[in-house]
Amino acid sequence: MTWRWAAAAVMCAGIVGAELAGAQGGPTLVVYSSRAHYGAEPVFDAFTKQTGIPVKFFTGNNNEVFERLRNEGARTSADVLLTVDAGNLWNAAREGLLSQVDSPVLARNIPAHLRDPENRWFGLAVRARTIMYSTARVKPAELSTYAALGDPRWKGRLCLRTSTNTYNQSLLGAAIKQDGEAAVEKMVRGWVANNPTYINGDTQILQAIAAGQCDVGITNTYYLARLLQKTPDFPVAPFWPDQQGGGVHVNVSGAGVSAHAKNREAAIAFIEYLSSAEAQATLAGASFEYPANPAVEPHAILKKWGTFKPQAIGVAAAGEFQATAVKLADRAGYR
Amino acid sequence: MTAYARPAPWHASAWLLAGLVTAPIAAVALNLVLPRMDVWRHLADTILWELTWNTAVLLASVGLCAGGLGTGLAWLVVAYRFPGRRFFEWALMLPLAIPGYVMGFVFVALLEYSGPLQTTMRAVIGESSRMFDIRSGWGLVAVLSLVLYPYPYLMARSAFASMGAAPVEAARGLGLTPRQTFWRVVLPLARPAIAVGVALALMETLADFGTVSLFDYRTYTVGIYRVWFGMFDRVAAGQLAVVLLLWALALLALERTQRRRRQYTQAHGRSAAEVWPQLAGARAWIATVICVAVLGVAFVLPLSTLVWWSLSPALATPSRLGPMVANSVILASLAAFLCVAAGLVLAYARRRTSSRGLRVATEIAGLGYALPGSVVAVGVLAILAGADRTIADVVQRLSGRDIGLLATGSGIGLLFAYLVRFIALGFHPTEAGLSSIPRSIDECAASLGTPPRRVVRELHLPLLRTALTAAALLVFLDVMKELPATMLIRPMGWDTLAIGVWQMTSEALWREAALPALTIVGAGLPAVICLTHLGSPRRFPAEEIS
Repeated sequence: MTWRWAAAAVMCAGIVGAELAGAQGGPTLVVYSSRAHYGAEPVFDAFTKQTGIPVKFFTGNNNEVFERLRNEGARTSADVLLTVDAGNLWNAAREGLLSQVDSPVLARNIPAHLRDPENRWFGLAVRARTIMYSTARVKPAELSTYAALGDPRWKGRLCLRTSTNTYNQSLLGAAIKQDGEAAVEKMVRGWVANNPTYINGDTQILQAIAAGQCDVGITNTYYLARLLQKTPDFPVAPFWPDQQGGGVHVNVSGAGVSAHAKNREAAIAFIEYLSSAEAQATLAGASFEYPANPAVEPHAILKKWGTFKPQAIGVAAAGEFQATAVKLADRAGYR
Repeated sequence: MTAYARPAPWHASAWLLAGLVTAPIAAVALNLVLPRMDVWRHLADTILWELTWNTAVLLASVGLCAGGLGTGLAWLVVAYRFPGRRFFEWALMLPLAIPGYVMGFVFVALLEYSGPLQTTMRAVIGESSRMFDIRSGWGLVAVLSLVLYPYPYLMARSAFASMGAAPVEAARGLGLTPRQTFWRVVLPLARPAIAVGVALALMETLADFGTVSLFDYRTYTVGIYRVWFGMFDRVAAGQLAVVLLLWALALLALERTQRRRRQYTQAHGRSAAEVWPQLAGARAWIATVICVAVLGVAFVLPLSTLVWWSLSPALATPSRLGPMVANSVILASLAAFLCVAAGLVLAYARRRTSSRGLRVATEIAGLGYALPGSVVAVGVLAILAGADRTIADVVQRLSGRDIGLLATGSGIGLLFAYLVRFIALGFHPTEAGLSSIPRSIDECAASLGTPPRRVVRELHLPLLRTALTAAALLVFLDVMKELPATMLIRPMGWDTLAIGVWQMTSEALWREAALPALTIVGAGLPAVICLTHLGSPRRFPAEEIS
């Protein structure tokens, strides 16, 4: 039995040791991030190189990162919250986890509709959630608006994520702000009447369109860009809907300074750096998102798709009406 | 009766332990005090009944399929001699090392419309070949059953292996056919053990979110997530979680009724398997084919798909695996030790006491296993952070120093979370093992003047060795696969293999996730192999009693 106890003791010592080691060192910027490491790391290294401020990450799902930050309260070690989906940023601001930042740099770099009206969070990279169609079986002229996907001609030809997916909740939330609940409920009932195929995953929807399981769907743009980079002749293209109306639904991944940041100055400098032309190219480029900073050109694959009119209502609407959107989906029978 | 004369230490520590692990669950249940009638009315008007029905159907189907598969295979490898039996005996446990969400994704990717199988079928038969839809209820039941059948398999196998020959011989002597003997004698005798295995599998089904959402199947957990993260209503989500707890309690009650009619058989020398009629010739080969088929679908296929993916060109390179392996293995080992030690305390307290309150408390302590990981984790976090903030405030007031948060985001906090989540895996197998040791042994030893401590050390522990190690390995494997609690409570920068898988899957990079997923399987394999060797019938006299 003795060796087992010894082994357990060694492992416990290991845990304590690792924690002590982690606690040492000078002032470090702590970032709670729900953007997984993928694609983002070079930017953060560049920030450290430029400013000399080391950055430490705590990564996880939106929900987990959010709960950790909320429960740690005033004693959190988080300086910055970095997350995807405006709904999550809105919720963090609502719960008082983010603090107001008055930065001329950010005001200049990030357009008003991509940030919190009270400047508690800032969109850093933009994704459009738009209609995707099969280039083999659909002519762009057949498409017009999100609501028109409820037209009987798409019966059995439409693929959708479920309404448990945050991106679709944001899509509906923004639409409610723009067109009102009744119009959105009519739109969703139209989709449901077309008996859509529910597929869990934007990439999977695009692959289903390519394979012929369905002809149109709604996904984020960067998933298509990724597939196109691997397979340049991938037979799916984006369509920009509602160009005469409210515009294409856009969402952001963005950041805010923690309400209880210990390194507030460094945190602001960090977000300012991420909004700079230099960082935007890498941050958005590596993940095929549109840069939030209008001075920066998007990736070549995205440029080929042309420009579009985005929703002007501001991405904060996604959070504001998300709960309404979920209830609406339940009522309309949208799974 | 001296062995029972001093139940106090067991009693007290069991109460303490039960209180400790129940606290986070109570924190979730506390949400009940705030009325959320509007949310409930909305749910009742819309999706609540669909969720309830779906959950009930899923539980029944998985219980039947996983239970049937596990029990059937267990009887096959215990009772019959056929080519490859010794290999299959342990190899059939291997699917336990594969996380459910990984298995689910592999099957969806292989079998969906745009997957290789259906694409080929369309190329051969033509576009008209409208095939099955893997994203359906039956697809989910199939995958969950393949992942979860090892629980009933493990439990049933040791029950069958230690079953005595007497009842079988009696039944045959009375003119029952082998089939009748199996259904009327063998199965009822093993039923308590099978019930434990099925209950564990069903609790895992109840708690699952990752796999069910891959199949777009809407269970209760999906409802919790919609309310929590879609409607941003933490309180109402907590209330839904309480309903889920009631489901779990119902499951446990069901399991207990199975166990109440427990009977003992004494295996004097020969076991039931030794007197069972054997398969001859071709029929023995059919047994082999069945085992090959199950193992092929549940293990070889997903594993080789992962290998194939991890060899294909990747869009992103995953983080370094070395530290992740170390973190995973260390955490899983410590958690296994902790959960089994705690489970032993609870099981002992149950044996030594007739206190109804304590019995209920031990039951409730295990409920963390039936709740979605993130619900448990948030409960744990609320307790940890609450305690931390209080301590830090007091210390700061007294000494002026800011000590920060001690337990939140620490290895200790994380181990506590694992304890809350997985103590059921330490408790139920241990308790099942302990209750198969007749009390007469304790009483006999006591009457000979053996102190209780020696009874435990020299009698019970050796008898329980199989059950304890099995419990430890189950915890080990589950911690290796655990994601939400690890994500929420781990120290900064402490990534495990499951986190490595998540880093890729959260970006929908499933092929890139194959390598860390394979590593989870690889790191779990030694544990699975140990697990199965333990369950093999062993012939030292003490184990003859069961």
